[in-house]
Amino acid sequence: MGSPKTEPGHFGDESPQHEVVVSDFWMGQYEVTWDFYNLFVSRELDANQNSKTSDSEVQIDVDAVSGATTPYVEMSFGMGVDNFPAICMTQLAAVKFCEWLSAMTGHFYRLPTEAEWEYACRAGTETAYHFGEDPSLLDEYAWYAENSNDKYQEVGTKKPNAWGLHDMHGNVAEWTLDQYVPTEYSSRKDGVKDPWVEGDKVYPKAVRGGSWMDSPSRLRSAARRPSTKQWKKRDPQIPKSKWWHTDAPFVGFRVVRPLITPSEEEQKKYWKYESIQ
Amino acid sequence: MTEIMKNNKQKNQNQSRRQFVQQTAMATGAFLTVPMGVERMANVHGEQKLKLALVGCGGRGSGAAVQALTADENVELVAMADAFADRVDRSLKGIQEHFEGQKKIDVKEKNRFVGFDAYKKAIDLADVVILTTPPGFRPYHFEYAIANGKHVFMEKPVATDPVGIRMVLETAKIAKAKKLNVVVGLQRHYQSKYIDLKQRIDSGAIGQIRSGQVYWNDAGVWVKARQAGQSELEYQMRNWYYFNWLCGDHILEQHIHNIDVANWFIGDYPISAQGMGGRQVRNGKDHGEIFDHHFVEFTYANGAVIASQCRHIPGTMRRVDEVFQGTQGTVEIGKGEITNLNGESTYKYPSRDSEDPNPYQVEHDRLFASIRSGGVIADAENGAKSTLTAILGRMATYTGKKITFEEALNSELHLMPEEVTWNSTPPSLPDADGNYPIPTPGKTKMI
Repeated sequence: MGSPKTEPGHFGDESPQHEVVVSDFWMGQYEVTWDFYNLFVSRELDANQNSKTSDSEVQIDVDAVSGATTPYVEMSFGMGVDNFPAICMTQLAAVKFCEWLSAMTGHFYRLPTEAEWEYACRAGTETAYHFGEDPSLLDEYAWYAENSNDKYQEVGTKKPNAWGLHDMHGNVAEWTLDQYVPTEYSSRKDGVKDPWVEGDKVYPKAVRGGSWMDSPSRLRSAARRPSTKQWKKRDPQIPKSKWWHTDAPFVGFRVVRPLITPSEEEQKKYWKYESIQ
Repeated sequence: MTEIMKNNKQKNQNQSRRQFVQQTAMATGAFLTVPMGVERMANVHGEQKLKLALVGCGGRGSGAAVQALTADENVELVAMADAFADRVDRSLKGIQEHFEGQKKIDVKEKNRFVGFDAYKKAIDLADVVILTTPPGFRPYHFEYAIANGKHVFMEKPVATDPVGIRMVLETAKIAKAKKLNVVVGLQRHYQSKYIDLKQRIDSGAIGQIRSGQVYWNDAGVWVKARQAGQSELEYQMRNWYYFNWLCGDHILEQHIHNIDVANWFIGDYPISAQGMGGRQVRNGKDHGEIFDHHFVEFTYANGAVIASQCRHIPGTMRRVDEVFQGTQGTVEIGKGEITNLNGESTYKYPSRDSEDPNPYQVEHDRLFASIRSGGVIADAENGAKSTLTAILGRMATYTGKKITFEEALNSELHLMPEEVTWNSTPPSLPDADGNYPIPTPGKTKMI
């Protein structure tokens, strides 16, 4: 995890490089699309919740999951909805989407930690990008500032990484579960297992992978970006929305499902039952 | 990173994709009685403290209060008014939390006013007032504020019916005569990209505008379900978006932004409108009496025709934008791009909206700078005429008839009661099944 100082574009928060052990998980092949996300916003399918059994990974009722408000502003900013990645949600909204999806399906979903995200992005590589070191190859794998025509693009239209995951570099940057701590790596020991900086502050959270607005160095596997309250700058309401970042048309997310389902108490931590935002 | 889980990982890869696809497949009137006396010098405020009152303490009003307090070093929030005490409390808390003690907010308990006449008490205590209640009340609040010599920021729309529009137009004249500043929350006029493109269109970048399309197509806004124990009036006040005397329908409340841009860029107001609309999807009991879609043709004196569409239906094409075709090219405002008659780009606005100054803040920066320097911003007349344009569109879709701007301007349509108290009966009432009367094109008369 992290990158060497010799890597072009390397930033201090990526040092020192260290080994991390992550437990097994599945990860969404694509970034969550608007078609999918809007089902969480509208909650129109809630009546179709899979019936729970005592064996179900999650035991919550879907109507107990808090939902995002309907935004006043059109949040796709005219960039497209069908098969395009959802954007502008807060980290809390992305977390609650995972909780909603879990309630609907009976399987436990959550956001990836930074460690899981980077592990999945790298797909076994230690290079700047999951396809090597050469940013001139980015066009084959990623939507970014130089080829995006100033908008996000349909998910899965570029080549995936070695593990079949599309758009890990570019298209939309992706929420992780972690509080962003720039000096975090310096306190880590090699071989640390399942690191997660849970944190209790709304800002900054760690966002990964870079977006359609970014230059190559921000797309690197190790590149980290903190969220800020500036991402709600143009929200004209007070209090500003807990659910929408009007000024973050570059941020989305994808979900993971751990192989070993955590306990009910642990699930609540991942779904931020304590979160105040 | 370690590869300790590699075997499992590889094994799970195929499974993961298949399972994931399976799981995500689920998704697939009143006349003015203003004393026109000698102008008071108190309108010009050099460096003295400016006292601010907030009338209408919803999310937007609270946001506007924060922007006003941010715009000027020496401004203090001193009074708040709303129909509901809980809205005042929540708003005050939100504003205080935003500034974390950095700004002077001194709204004493006795200066938190509740009820339908609360606005007068709050306005009396201030130099500058923010008017952000549901729009039906705006003409009355604006009239009182100007009559009492206050500078005003007021949200769009500025009325819900032509009687209200005429009040605002009269009050706008008085505001000008008194040199009072009035900013209307049609914030595109304060947004860098719009200002830049408007200047280019005025200098002939696309020739003369002949046609255009303006859009606010999205999934819709909040709904407040009826609560046990609520009177009909309280219910309508809480769920105001769906009642015309309060809101004016979404063609007015929301799509006015885009219709106003058409007027601004063409430099005129339409002479007539015709259109169609209805409520196809959003037609539940808590959806009151408004339509979920309108499509209107506005015709201007020079022959330009603007197609205006607004829709509140989930799952349909989303677009909020304005596009105009001129004799020599096209401007697409969303993209910030001007093209020639061959479709070739001739200009692209250089920055992203998020990199530009926040127009909601710029509105207040300009308002307070103008108050300090003794200037006069006079947005109210355009605010009223653009509001009337949207009302004209609503009249066209509700009646199914072609209606002229003059007819709308002179209409006796008066949705807003002269006076509202908690004992008032709202102008629209549900039938025995809880449904409200819905406008029917060809039958509804609304002039």
